[in-house]
Amino acid sequence: MATLITPPHFSAVEDAEALRNAFKGWGTDEKAIVGILGHRNAVQRKQIREAYDQLFQEDLVKRLESDLSGHFERAVYRWILDPADRDAVLANVALRKSEYDFKVLIELSCVLSPEEFLAVKRAYQFRYKHSLEEDVASHNQGDLRKLLVALVGVYRYNGEEINAKLANSEADILHEAIKKKDFNSDEVIRILSTRSKAQLNATFNRYREEHKLSITKDLLGESAVSEFQKALHATVRCINDPHKYYAKLLRDGIKKIGTDEDTLTRVIETRAEKDLKHIKEVYYKKNSVSLDDAVSKEISGDYKALLLALIGKQD
Amino acid sequence: MALTDEIQTLTKAFTGLGVDERSLVTILGKWKPEERQSFRKGNPNFFKEDERHFERCHEDYVKRLEQEFMRFKKAIVLWTMHPWERDARMAKKAIKKGPEAYAVLVEIACSRSSEELLGARRAYHSLFEHSIEEDTSRYIKGSERKLLVALVSAYRYEGSKVEEDHAKSEAKALANAIKNSDKKKLLEDDEVVRILATRSKPHIQAVYKQYKQISDKNLDEDLEVALILKETVQCLCSPEKYYTKVLDEALKNGTNQKIRKALTRVIVTQADADMKNIREEFQTKYGVALSKKIEDTACGSYKDFLVNLVARGN
Repeated sequence: MATLITPPHFSAVEDAEALRNAFKGWGTDEKAIVGILGHRNAVQRKQIREAYDQLFQEDLVKRLESDLSGHFERAVYRWILDPADRDAVLANVALRKSEYDFKVLIELSCVLSPEEFLAVKRAYQFRYKHSLEEDVASHNQGDLRKLLVALVGVYRYNGEEINAKLANSEADILHEAIKKKDFNSDEVIRILSTRSKAQLNATFNRYREEHKLSITKDLLGESAVSEFQKALHATVRCINDPHKYYAKLLRDGIKKIGTDEDTLTRVIETRAEKDLKHIKEVYYKKNSVSLDDAVSKEISGDYKALLLALIGKQD
Repeated sequence: MALTDEIQTLTKAFTGLGVDERSLVTILGKWKPEERQSFRKGNPNFFKEDERHFERCHEDYVKRLEQEFMRFKKAIVLWTMHPWERDARMAKKAIKKGPEAYAVLVEIACSRSSEELLGARRAYHSLFEHSIEEDTSRYIKGSERKLLVALVSAYRYEGSKVEEDHAKSEAKALANAIKNSDKKKLLEDDEVVRILATRSKPHIQAVYKQYKQISDKNLDEDLEVALILKETVQCLCSPEKYYTKVLDEALKNGTNQKIRKALTRVIVTQADADMKNIREEFQTKYGVALSKKIEDTACGSYKDFLVNLVARGN
């Protein structure tokens, strides 16, 4: 369930005018910006952009970019984009980061529905004049590239049908590979990157029934874990239990020294209109503190105000 | 017509691609038993003298006849199908058939537009309850697997923007890979697969040009050691050349059924796509019009239908 709270009445023109006022005069009225944009869904935000353009012959996005700064500016910029466009931007940002964040790509391939992911790929091509596959392929090497290119290229079957025999045999294949620490085997990559989500979940269930340990625990094992193993682990998690995955990401992002703003913004903004409520519930169960409180405590400023609005904190 | 002429006409009616229905109707319709026996006795290719004193059909004859009668039906069914379903069904057959049919996968993955390939993948979901990449990676076991999975998964950028430096460096990378292909097989080379399976078509065409400048050779020819790579480059850069060659093979005398099937496949799938270019290329390369070649080699409704399709795209 979504956490975004939108008002019962909506007027794109009124909002556009209010935003215009927020830019006028000395400094910018960030509170007003959060008050409006932090409570508008994707359709409404698009209408506001169009109304603003019509009324003032100016691109609202560009105006926000120039008037705001820092974490807040990045968060507002990403929030106001269309969801598919936002994901495309996040993917590109992740690719160009010096500390490369492959999790973004895994999330796109494994959490989004096939049609949503396709929309992201289209948005990516429109914005960057390259395909996402091209850029992922040319920015990666070795085993990680094999996995990520496969994950990014897939257009999974989205039906609910399950083949129990196949789930059995592929659970065994995965188990064998993990036991032998043959994580980068073609078979592991084939199974994780081509099977439908329903089929994979059946396979993961079968894995746990047969081998007592869940595949996620098995993947991490006891000794030091390679980047590739982490990628596989994220892949399985995203398919099997995205709420748990995101809750952990939020916790790590908040706890990190200096907080990982990119991750926080990404998780909250991409899930606020989807299932952030479920993620919050998992977060609370795991950490005994609500996400609202954690954000309030560790983050500050206008950026905090926006995040709190998006995660549904009532004033 | 004298009997000998009729026998000749009838033999011809069974010999080309498709069957000459009109001759079959007029001649067979009026022939008495003795005339039909003369036909059987005069055609050792179709009938042989059995030890128990009757002219018996060759196994081949019946099978061949079935194929030739079916050719028109298959063409019609393929033509009336939605292009997505058509491509999905052909892909499925190709995956099941094995290496001899992989060229069909290359055709679908490389000569269709990005949206057409996506549509085929969608249709594949509906028809087979699996994705094309699942089946391709599961059933294809040989060295072509890496390339084919990557090709069918592609969603290439369709704009015309090309970065010449990238094209240049990738041409160099390919040249290197080709030079070292005795040490590392081309199909195993990740860079080769990456470039051919993810780059946009205009980009690959630019790479082709750069390669020519560096090595003074044609990229597709230099990839010949792995034929499927050559076919990939041809379908991406100059599909009309690729299809022309396939058509020429299919229209030769004495080829096997597998090669002849390509005639229907290419003409039906290209009739609304690249037919004009294919016609022109065929004329240039072989000095004869494609439609004339078809008139000479095929017969009956099948021939008429193909000639109709070939005339499109003006």
